[in-house]
Amino acid sequence: MIKNEVVIIDYGIGNILSVQQGFEEIGIHTIVTSNVKIIEQANHLVLPGVGAFEKAMQALHNLKLVNAIVKVAKQGVPLLGICLGMQMLLDESDEFGVTQGLGLIPGRVEKFPIGKNDHSPIKVPQINWHELVPSISKISWKNSLLKNQKPSDAVYFIHSFVARPLSNNHILANYICSGECIPAVIVRDNIIGCQFHPEKSGKVGLNILKNFIAL
Amino acid sequence: MKRIRLIARLDIKGENLIKGIHLEGLRIIGSPNEYAHKYYHQGADELIFMDTVASLYGRNHLGDIIKSVAKDIFIPMTVGGGIRSVEDAIAILRLGADKVAVNTAAVTRPELISEISNTLGSQAMVLSVEAKKIESNKWEVYTNNGREGTGIDVIEWAIKGEDLGAGEILLTSVDCEGTRRGFDLDLIKATTGSVSIPVIASGGMGKYQDLYDAVYDADADAIAMADVLHYNRLTFDEIRKKSTISGIIVRDYD
Repeated sequence: MIKNEVVIIDYGIGNILSVQQGFEEIGIHTIVTSNVKIIEQANHLVLPGVGAFEKAMQALHNLKLVNAIVKVAKQGVPLLGICLGMQMLLDESDEFGVTQGLGLIPGRVEKFPIGKNDHSPIKVPQINWHELVPSISKISWKNSLLKNQKPSDAVYFIHSFVARPLSNNHILANYICSGECIPAVIVRDNIIGCQFHPEKSGKVGLNILKNFIAL
Repeated sequence: MKRIRLIARLDIKGENLIKGIHLEGLRIIGSPNEYAHKYYHQGADELIFMDTVASLYGRNHLGDIIKSVAKDIFIPMTVGGGIRSVEDAIAILRLGADKVAVNTAAVTRPELISEISNTLGSQAMVLSVEAKKIESNKWEVYTNNGREGTGIDVIEWAIKGEDLGAGEILLTSVDCEGTRRGFDLDLIKATTGSVSIPVIASGGMGKYQDLYDAVYDADADAIAMADVLHYNRLTFDEIRKKSTISGIIVRDYD
């Protein structure tokens, strides 16, 4: 496999075309597949996703992809989960009863907070462009997914649940919504998740895809 | 301080971008592809494409347009017009759209809202509501691009739509659409006050103040604009500058 290539996991859910075209726009060859062998040989692996946690996990199980993803992640291959794909990196989700996730980053997927008292209540789904802010862990953005990200660079979010890593050390960036900190980028070594859609965040988002390939 | 989304709405008939008044009397503006790129490069937060005759004739011309613009436009796209089933919705998303807007088919068969929401997620299911005022603080749901009344109350329908799983409401005032005389603020206010999902205000924007009023007086979460953009009365850059000065937070774009 060549360096300028990314494997995008296709498990039959959502708009994968945009993720694919986002990478191709920055000159990266894409392989969209549900084939375990191809996934296990990836140099860069992307787990996209929108919709319901339980259905998506079920689809990964049905295609026997869970073990393959975990195996690749543990080998140190850069793995990027996008939106629901990010949420599935955690241990479990409260969405419609408890569902087990991939367990690659300790934490769980929870309901949105209602918003701080002096702010308007958070609307769910939360659909908006937000700027990213460093988390209290102060992990450096240098050589990360957010390399060159300016404080004013906004990215596009659309989600109804919140991914909460147990440790702040696994949060690279948050966004602020009605006074609440919502995790936006989570990281554990080579395993990365972004709650926003880089493939729908214009130039800023395409730059984030570039940063991922540089890892 | 409120944070809102600025959306370009492109009404399509056949292969053309068109613009009407009260969703009727259509004039051809130009190529949807060209205008979509123009708004993307100006920093639109989202694009909405509506096929204005699809539900009437039972066909959808939008597929090719979406497929082509999705190649190099990297912002969210909502597509409406003629979507009658989960299969239709999946097909549109596979072409590169992120959300579908459903009006007529949802009125005919409200379970469609739940079916799309359960299959593709509520974030992909936008309930498109065409509202016509019948008396003070009362509006009727219209279908087929403002052509047919249904006898359904807009606010009750919006609440039902949220219950059934809609993730967002695209609220178009048939009375104000294309008039440039401002939004139906009472309509937007009554809707945003009744549902907890985001509401996109559509129909009537002629100047910046209209946007400000829809946000501050009526609590709109997003503003869909057509006429004002198509005829270059305002650019996204001008709207962003005016928004920032008046205390509305919008995406920084350069």
